[in-house]
Amino acid sequence: MSAPTSPPVFAPVPDAAPVSADDRPAISVRDLRKAYGGRAAVDGLSFEVARGELFALLGPNGAGKTTTVEILEGYRRADSGAVRVLGLDPGREAGAVRARLGLMLQAGGVYPQARPREILRLFARFYAEPADPDALLERVGLADAATTRYKVLSGGQRQRLGLALAIVGRPELVVLDEPTAGMDPHAKAATRQLIAELRDRGVTVLLTTHELADVERLADRIAVIDRGRLAAIGTTAELLGGATRRLRFRLDRPLEAVDLADLAAALGQGTEASLHEDGAGGRYRLDGPLPDPALLGRLAAWCAGRGLLIEDLRTAGGTLEERFLELTADTGEAGR
Amino acid sequence: MNAPGTDLAALLGPAGRTSRPAPAWRAALAQTGMELRLTARRGENLLVTLVIPVGLLLFLASVSILPTGGQAPVDFLLPGILALAVISTSLVNLGIATAYERAYGVLKRLGGSPLSRSGLLAAKMASVLAIELLQAVVLIAIAAGVEGWRPGPGWSLPLVVVALLLGTLAFAGLGLLMAGALRAEATLAGANGLYLVLLLLGGVVLPVDHLPPLLADLAQVLPASALSDALRIGLGAASGDALGPLALLAGWGAATALLAARTFRWE
Repeated sequence: MSAPTSPPVFAPVPDAAPVSADDRPAISVRDLRKAYGGRAAVDGLSFEVARGELFALLGPNGAGKTTTVEILEGYRRADSGAVRVLGLDPGREAGAVRARLGLMLQAGGVYPQARPREILRLFARFYAEPADPDALLERVGLADAATTRYKVLSGGQRQRLGLALAIVGRPELVVLDEPTAGMDPHAKAATRQLIAELRDRGVTVLLTTHELADVERLADRIAVIDRGRLAAIGTTAELLGGATRRLRFRLDRPLEAVDLADLAAALGQGTEASLHEDGAGGRYRLDGPLPDPALLGRLAAWCAGRGLLIEDLRTAGGTLEERFLELTADTGEAGR
Repeated sequence: MNAPGTDLAALLGPAGRTSRPAPAWRAALAQTGMELRLTARRGENLLVTLVIPVGLLLFLASVSILPTGGQAPVDFLLPGILALAVISTSLVNLGIATAYERAYGVLKRLGGSPLSRSGLLAAKMASVLAIELLQAVVLIAIAAGVEGWRPGPGWSLPLVVVALLLGTLAFAGLGLLMAGALRAEATLAGANGLYLVLLLLGGVVLPVDHLPPLLADLAQVLPASALSDALRIGLGAASGDALGPLALLAGWGAATALLAARTFRWE
């Protein structure tokens, strides 16, 4: 520190301003690398998750999702790169991170002989100001199974207990690994609602999943990881914006081959246009002209002339699933 | 899943606060309670920690087959059975339970909670010591009440306590060494096998000097015979210097604990 009377030698550098903890991103990953036995699992990954954001990490199996998440959770050390969770280094300040981070592992990690109520009460006692375990048990729909041994719980019940364990400490950030895997549709919907409520309360949520339906309904932003690198990042709309727009529609009954050619000609108006079946049950996809208002008008007029009802119609650049498959084309298990 | 009146916002309270961990001792105490409840819930734990030691004590004290010289069988047996009780709790129970917790991902899940590793270790040791205290009370009460056992001349409570603590360290170290390095099934088989071997070779129910020479030499350096010897001196059933057996126990304890700390895999 220089004496107060001496003039500054250099112009003051805009110092790392004392940012309040809440202004910093909940998660910051910069140029993260991690290799196992010479094979890169994470290969220069960077992304940030803002406070209060619901962020989904997508990628084929083996893309590096779990490695990334486990580095954030403090289970693994990065080979290189900078990782901050709530402004802290999860490798060096694991203790401080763990009180503020709720996590849900894919494999339950609960004693087979333990019962949901006692394990939730146990975890509650690890925190200074936990949520009420009994009320939480009721909220996740496990009140009836409160004293059932873990080993006889169904897969969905185990998942709900895992979710309750993740939030009993009233964390600022939750990391959920495949939270709806193994659940029936009702439990899935209820879990989605609970996750959405967490986000509405200002809890930051990092979600890894294969359930693209979860992601489309829940996520504020999505990162697609492929072979340890970031393949795409953005909102669902932004991700789909990168895909080519196409006309897709479903009619109330399938078309004959001759009608198919007639409709293609009507839509193309002299340009190259062909209609293809796009799955079963009267679904079609137009190759050639890109969707515009006039094209939709011609489609509607043609169908009206034949007494056909357009039951579904979309012009967006495909679905999240198609975009995902496109982004990770060579990596999925089918592509190996 | 959407029970009325259980609003998540009400459950989780106001947003924007920093969540804090409980004091370390409170987390460890809660974990100790869980360890004890789970132990009580597993029938095989009760079998190996209470039923077998009590059964052996009563059976062998009443059938006069042991070469105990002029000594009352119970005077020779009680220290050995106390050593067996320590082995059953700190090696067999602790080792097997921890190995399966590792296999089931329990250790990983606890590692992601605010309970620290030292807190978990403290909880495990506290629950081991609590079970051993119960075993000692039960075994001594039965020996005294049924067989008329009384401490021998020159017995020393501090020596007994130190021997039990060092024995616990040595066998817990061995149990955790196996649990952290081997598959759960291998730990299960290994710990149970060692229990039987140490029962026969550890001076627990058979005096070591009645073993064949080679086995006797081996038995002398095992922690089980060191613990049995120290307890026999401590309870006044044998005379001699307890320093040798205690030093051997401390050596085993230091070696296994260090090795376990270096090799333990949490997943």
